[in-house]
Amino acid sequence: MQGFFATPLGVTILTVLEALAIIVPVLLMMAYLTLAERKVLAAIQLRRGPNVVGPFGLLQPFADAIKMVMKETIIPSGANRVLFLMAPMLTFGLAVIAWAVIPVNDGWAIADINVGILYLFAISSLGVYGIIIAGWASNSKYAFLGALRSAAQMVSYEVSIGFVMVSVLLCVGSLNLNDIVLAQRHVWFCLPLFPMFVVFFISGLAETNRSPFDLPEGESEIVAGFFVEYSAMAFALFYLGEYTNMILMSGMTTILFLGGWLAPFGIEPFTWLPGPIWFILKVCAVLLVFIWVRGTVPRYRYDQLMRLGWKVFLPLSLLWLVLTAGALMLFGWLPHA
Amino acid sequence: MIAAAAFYVFAAILLVSAAMVVSARNPVHSVLFLILAFFNAAGLFLIAGAEFLAMILVIVYVGAVAVLFLFVVMMLDIDFVALRTGFQRYLPVGLAVGVVLMVELALVVGGWRVLPEVAARRFAPVTPGLHNTAQLGDLIYTDYIFLFQAAGLVLLVAMIGAIVLTLRDRQGSRRQSIRVQVGRNMAETLELVDVPLGAGMTAVGIRRPPPAVADAGVAEVPAHAAAHGHAAVTEH
Repeated sequence: MQGFFATPLGVTILTVLEALAIIVPVLLMMAYLTLAERKVLAAIQLRRGPNVVGPFGLLQPFADAIKMVMKETIIPSGANRVLFLMAPMLTFGLAVIAWAVIPVNDGWAIADINVGILYLFAISSLGVYGIIIAGWASNSKYAFLGALRSAAQMVSYEVSIGFVMVSVLLCVGSLNLNDIVLAQRHVWFCLPLFPMFVVFFISGLAETNRSPFDLPEGESEIVAGFFVEYSAMAFALFYLGEYTNMILMSGMTTILFLGGWLAPFGIEPFTWLPGPIWFILKVCAVLLVFIWVRGTVPRYRYDQLMRLGWKVFLPLSLLWLVLTAGALMLFGWLPHA
Repeated sequence: MIAAAAFYVFAAILLVSAAMVVSARNPVHSVLFLILAFFNAAGLFLIAGAEFLAMILVIVYVGAVAVLFLFVVMMLDIDFVALRTGFQRYLPVGLAVGVVLMVELALVVGGWRVLPEVAARRFAPVTPGLHNTAQLGDLIYTDYIFLFQAAGLVLLVAMIGAIVLTLRDRQGSRRQSIRVQVGRNMAETLELVDVPLGAGMTAVGIRRPPPAVADAGVAEVPAHAAAHGHAAVTEH
């Protein structure tokens, strides 16, 4: 058996199984995230939320999925057909392939690569293409406006996300996600780097186009922004991509700042739960804040969004980067000194 | 074997998409092919073991530069038929410039000598035991720190230049100063007035009358002016 899994065919089968072992839970989580979002928003607004399909509305995501699949895919006559259909696939594909490097326990990643954090950064910076291409290929004013907004927004907030990552990396001394988590054995980075944690979370909201940064959709001004022309499965793929990206961003927050799979304080009653459970619990906690923010904060105006990104977060994260580097140097805490 | 196959696949797609960049009719398609070319170049870097360069290529070129390209190309309404009209007329000049550049390139590469002590490390500049991100950091921030910083300065100058060239201060655009907004207190924003029964707004001294009063004021002005004009005429 061992011999078979060392042959090229065996390795391929093993990799496919590993991929399924992470994609299926992520998609299930995504399905229930949509339900959780509706339930939490309902609780915030003193309503009941979906409670008809199945017990407590637990089958609602599947009802939604079946509805989406059964509907007709409409392609506008003026649209660029190839790009129009490519955009949602790109969005969803990018949201899924990023999971290849996420470690849910010590060494439990499909690809434990040396530059894991750069890979994640690269993939999340590609997410903007799905939106721009969708907006352009739809051949519609509203879609194009949404795409332009999203391009400017995502490029702006990536800059501060990059600096936040650099200040975490300075404390770790490695670009490997596994090492980043293991470096937090003594203290999770959300404590010493608290301002960066906040900047990262808010930039994450902007990066996933979640409210209060959901200007690319802006349903009250540009109808639904970049996916106004989409229907049925193509729309469902955008939807899937958005929620998978949310889970991914929560996973990144967990790995960078909340100690990944590590149990809090590393002491007895907490360590009884296995690592992956802790990882999922932390991701869910971050996701809850994502939804909570959506239920609380009104949408930003466009100039305010740009001001926050370039005039507040960028200088703040640069300053904190310099401070971090200075503190590490001063106290001799540099990981490779 | 797999590495070789992957190399040929990446290289072939890279060359084809690079050719498509210049030959595609739709400029947006050109940019998308450019992105595909970047991706395959990143794949080639990965095969060569330069994972850091591969990721940086994707982050910088695909994630930022090409987004802006796409942004600009989508906004512009380029008529490629009009651009191609002078193709045959400019062909000789273009070819001449191309040949000159090619010869210069050949001269530079042909005259390139490598120091003997470097030659040994030329194709294996790696220190065993360190992965290539750390090695790049070592090289750039120790041996080549001044060149690296100088490159940074050049980029900074270019960036400031671009801002200076394009920044124009539009008169009359409304700006929001959050400091001023947040710094307001109740005393300078809100005034509570005790209005006596039956007194008009103007009698109390409120500067901004409600719309109905404002309309009456506007209607009054021409009437008053007309009356004044009439008086002037009679006086004359």
